[in-house]
Amino acid sequence: MQYYQTIWLSLAQNHTLMTVLTFTLILLLGAYAAGFIGSLSGLGGGVVIIPLLTTVLHVDIHYAIGAALVSVIATSSGSAAAYVKEGITNMRLGMFLEIATTAGAIGGALMSTIAPTSFIAVLFGCTLIFSSINSLRKKQEHAVKTSSKLAILLKLPSTYPEGKTRIAYGTKNVIGGFSMMGLAGMLSGLLGIGSGAFKVIAMDNIMKIPFKVSTTTSNFMMGVTATASAVIYLQKGYIEPVICMPAVIGVLLGAMTGARILIKANPRKLRLFFAVIIIMLALNMVYNGVVGNI
Amino acid sequence: MKQSNLGDRDIQLIIGNLLRYGVWTALTVATLGGIIYLFRHDREFVNYQTFVEHDDNIFDVIKHMLNGVFQGYGHSIILLGVMLLFLTPILRLIFSLVAFFIEKDYLYVGITLLVIGIICFSVFFGFAH
Repeated sequence: MQYYQTIWLSLAQNHTLMTVLTFTLILLLGAYAAGFIGSLSGLGGGVVIIPLLTTVLHVDIHYAIGAALVSVIATSSGSAAAYVKEGITNMRLGMFLEIATTAGAIGGALMSTIAPTSFIAVLFGCTLIFSSINSLRKKQEHAVKTSSKLAILLKLPSTYPEGKTRIAYGTKNVIGGFSMMGLAGMLSGLLGIGSGAFKVIAMDNIMKIPFKVSTTTSNFMMGVTATASAVIYLQKGYIEPVICMPAVIGVLLGAMTGARILIKANPRKLRLFFAVIIIMLALNMVYNGVVGNI
Repeated sequence: MKQSNLGDRDIQLIIGNLLRYGVWTALTVATLGGIIYLFRHDREFVNYQTFVEHDDNIFDVIKHMLNGVFQGYGHSIILLGVMLLFLTPILRLIFSLVAFFIEKDYLYVGITLLVIGIICFSVFFGFAH
């Protein structure tokens, strides 16, 4: 009896009818693709899962944000583990900047509870377009020799491994980088993303830290930043276990496959290809947000 | 203060392992919960189109979850896995705190405490609204 009631209710509200099993399997496959694309494009699997959940599976954006954030914690912790062991990550730098990202994340997470869903969808789409275009720009390794006084006081300058030697680098513009990190944290809390692109801009472009150190330290910071907003998400009911489970497992496995392919294939061409796919997903999100479908 | 001293290298290895094992433990628990959930609810219909906002205290969320875990609910076991995942970065913070303390780097003991403080603040602020 209850069975038919559910069917009737769903049809009456024009819902897509799907059983738990179908939903889980589709999401698992989709999340695997998301993790794969996210890894090859360098944007992370969390961001691709949001358009998948909202536009394909018709899940409310709040649940999508919750599932994406959980996936972000899993993938970033997994990859951060390797970089920390190799000694590329600057843990002091990460720790210091986490003050800004966690504070920003809490602000963003609280904003997400009051912001209209269409606004979140449009902002998400724009952030995604910016991040994917940004991922295509050329990166050259640079290391400044001098550091600002504040950077020295905070013991931020360090070294990173290059072959068998370690290259020393300086750090500049601490306050500028710190402010940008606040913004990155806010976007992370508001959209459930790792916002790696913004973190890297803060360290690489503003603080003049070598690219390799910037990306790995950004990865290192994601877990703690995401946990700050995750606590609020948990209390607000964004974390739906039935959505999170296939999402996180799929994304992690997809990211692992992607990482393996990156070693063999030409990353430049792959990046371009997947950046185009992501931009199309993002435009679709913006469109759906504007017309009010999300 | 450079990586050349032995202390920093050890810390890197321990933190690296902590993150790795944390993620795998969390995922194993979540998968287990997922399998149990699927066995019992596979034919039910999903509907996540409308968001139901909660205003729960995190301690109630945890208490409720633990009750469910002891009764073998798949839903609660997945949530336990997700919670373990959230706990991994927090453990990393606590470990950093101890490490900076052993190194007598009190500036960074303070910075780590500040970050932990901000996260605690989110615990108390989240449900005050």
